[in-house]
Amino acid sequence: MQNQYETTIIATPILTDEQYKDTIDTYKKFLKDNGCEIVHDESWGLKKLAYPIQKKNNGYYFTIEFKAETSFIQKLETEYKRDERILRFLTVKLDKYGVDYNERKRKGEFKKKKTEKEEA
Amino acid sequence: MAQKKQQMKFVVSPQIATGQQKKYCRFKKNNIKYVDYRDVDFLMRFVNEQGKLLPRRITGNSLKWQRRVSTAVRRARQLALMPYVGDNLK
Repeated sequence: MQNQYETTIIATPILTDEQYKDTIDTYKKFLKDNGCEIVHDESWGLKKLAYPIQKKNNGYYFTIEFKAETSFIQKLETEYKRDERILRFLTVKLDKYGVDYNERKRKGEFKKKKTEKEEA
Repeated sequence: MAQKKQQMKFVVSPQIATGQQKKYCRFKKNNIKYVDYRDVDFLMRFVNEQGKLLPRRITGNSLKWQRRVSTAVRRARQLALMPYVGDNLK
């Protein structure tokens, strides 16, 4: 059964730009090779962490949104655990409201005005 | 007894004592259907200065939404978008 998932990954800040792209591309390729459809991916760039992880204060965040079979997620997570460049990851299953929210966010409906967010 | 009650007159209208605003669940009212764990500015409203989650009687959320807000805050904490323990966050 296909569900829509979203993974947020924190990678070590030490890597160069090329290496970041490389990590994202390896996972995108891994997803495609296993028959998953990638809906969206986004790099947030370097951000300051709220608390140090593995003695580092910054991290490179990126998200991948994709559709996959339920059995595939465990394989994906073991891949994340094996990769040394990844500090943390979080995979979330999106229900229909989550999918809807992400689509609206991509269209730009949630700008920085507070009132608009409340109306969402 | 009824006569005695009628004799009591208040100097100040008693409505001021019960002057709390009617609490409501902001999710129900604004028809919000999803709490995003990546939206730190929004989640900061449900957290106190030390980073602890605020109780439902203060935030005014319904039980369903309070639980969703707390899962969102816990996910944000795991992703180091919000701290587990903090100081002067606001």
